[in-house]
Amino acid sequence: MNLLLVVPLLVPLATAAATILLARSPRAVRAASFAGAAAFLAAAVALLGATLDGTILVTQAGAWAAPFGISLVADRFAAAMVLVAALLLAAVVAYSVRGVDAARERAGYHPLLHVLSMGVSGAFLTGDLFNLYVWFEVMLMGSFVLVSLGGERAQLQGALKYVVLNLVSSALFLAGAGLLYGSVGTLNMADAAVALRELPAQGLPSVVASLFLLAFGIKAAAFPLFFWLPASYHTPPMPVAALFAGLLTKVGVYALVRVLTLVFVRDTAFTGPLLLAVAALTMVTGVLGAMAQGDVRKILSFHIVSQIGYMLMGLGLGTRLALAGTVFYVLHHIVVKANLFLVAGAMRRAGGSFSLDRLGSLLARSPLLAAAFLVPAVSLAGLPPLSGFWAKYLLVRAGLEAGNGTIVAVALAVSLLTLFSMTKIWNEAFWKPAPAGADAAPAPLTTAERASLLGPVLVLGAVTVAIGLGAGVLYRFADAAAAQLLDPDLYVRAVLGARDGRM
Amino acid sequence: MTLLLALAIGALYAAGTYLLLRRSAIRVVFGLALLGYASNLLVFTAGRLSREGPPIVPEGAATAAATSADPLPQALVLTAIVIGFGVQAFALVLLKRTCQEAGTDDVDAMREET
Repeated sequence: MNLLLVVPLLVPLATAAATILLARSPRAVRAASFAGAAAFLAAAVALLGATLDGTILVTQAGAWAAPFGISLVADRFAAAMVLVAALLLAAVVAYSVRGVDAARERAGYHPLLHVLSMGVSGAFLTGDLFNLYVWFEVMLMGSFVLVSLGGERAQLQGALKYVVLNLVSSALFLAGAGLLYGSVGTLNMADAAVALRELPAQGLPSVVASLFLLAFGIKAAAFPLFFWLPASYHTPPMPVAALFAGLLTKVGVYALVRVLTLVFVRDTAFTGPLLLAVAALTMVTGVLGAMAQGDVRKILSFHIVSQIGYMLMGLGLGTRLALAGTVFYVLHHIVVKANLFLVAGAMRRAGGSFSLDRLGSLLARSPLLAAAFLVPAVSLAGLPPLSGFWAKYLLVRAGLEAGNGTIVAVALAVSLLTLFSMTKIWNEAFWKPAPAGADAAPAPLTTAERASLLGPVLVLGAVTVAIGLGAGVLYRFADAAAAQLLDPDLYVRAVLGARDGRM
Repeated sequence: MTLLLALAIGALYAAGTYLLLRRSAIRVVFGLALLGYASNLLVFTAGRLSREGPPIVPEGAATAAATSADPLPQALVLTAIVIGFGVQAFALVLLKRTCQEAGTDDVDAMREET
């Protein structure tokens, strides 16, 4: 039993339990919640540290050897995803001290955050497709309640759409898993990857791959399956939206990358162009949708969709550089996107609204907030020297090397439109004088609010700057992770080789 | 038997999809339930329907008889049923609250006011 793989699952579970038990004292709940998030972060750092040299950590639950037991596996990509998730959770918990109302906190907000995190880290670490389904459901259950917690009218309607679409996706995923079991007799990813080599690439494996593509495509909010996202993500409180925006769709992307680089690797002549087409359309529709919106939250929601397109672009190109671009992009994006939602919450607090028509003069009112917005916004648009520039640079170079000019042109054009959206928010909310006849400006932020709302935002902003300035370090890591993804044999040997009980 | 179940699964998927496309939100939730059942039956059927002995290793032997039934699909389906039950219960409560707040269960009418 390798503890490194189990602790990232147990810590959120224990924290969820502790925060339920402490429910009487909000102060104790917050302290326990933050301690749990910090412990999760430490566990994730340890996990990443153990995978940096290229080791693929494997442990078999209950010591049942693969493929009979459930394998937990961490390669570089999975460990890095767990680390970013933990970082984001810690930021969200700190932000929630002032960012969430007391009624929600009493109704079980903190335990749910940790249940959701457990589902997310389980989905990253599992090496078994049915187990992945179960972790998805754990994550969804947490997210269902979080998205509807508070019961405001708009929130419930958003939640209903979110729940329905995600349940459809789960049903498709389950059907795919069932068919895969029927055809190869195993659901262990490594074992299924080996077994599928014996079968013809077309036929049932293609059906299963399509079902997975559809199911994960819904979760990742890829074109044309993204409509649930802009309909629901703007409704919950901003820390919840930030956690969702950062993590949930990226779990879908992660599952796509995992399945298409490990299990269904033989039909790339079909999946590659399909993914590229989906990627281009996802980028374009997302960014065009954002341009039509006048609500900060909706603009940001549509940009999630558009950014998913970039991640799929790397997967569709399928070269080592392109996959490194995808890994880089996912890691950078989680930090930046969640940060923008947190900033939107602070803008609401400082300016009294989410609507660009009613916001104004925030630069004069809170220069710190303006700086906090500028860093992730500029990074999202992909201006150097911040993290988004390098992520896009890698993908664009991969596209050019693969000789695919169309996708590169789309990616660059969408990048320009993203910049337009971000300047729109900047002009309207920060530069423009406060509109006449608007509600009286809310009281300036208190010191406690500054610490709770802007502190996490600035920390995440610092991470963005650090990734941008030290891009070489993350690039080398992403490149190594991509090399690992492109050699499924490494993964297979790590999981099935452990049969002799060496681990 | 497999053919019969295949037809049943197809009918469930068809009915579930039809219900999902209705404007009335309660039908949408019923549609979800049907899709869930269809997937459960699919997992069950894809795991082979056969009359074999129980998958128990006889005393003294190292492996089970060559023709024992596969218990795994049933375990998978059981898990999926339990999860589906919880999720559908949640969806029903959410639906009830949403309809109460919105005063309608017409999905199109709800959309305008968000």
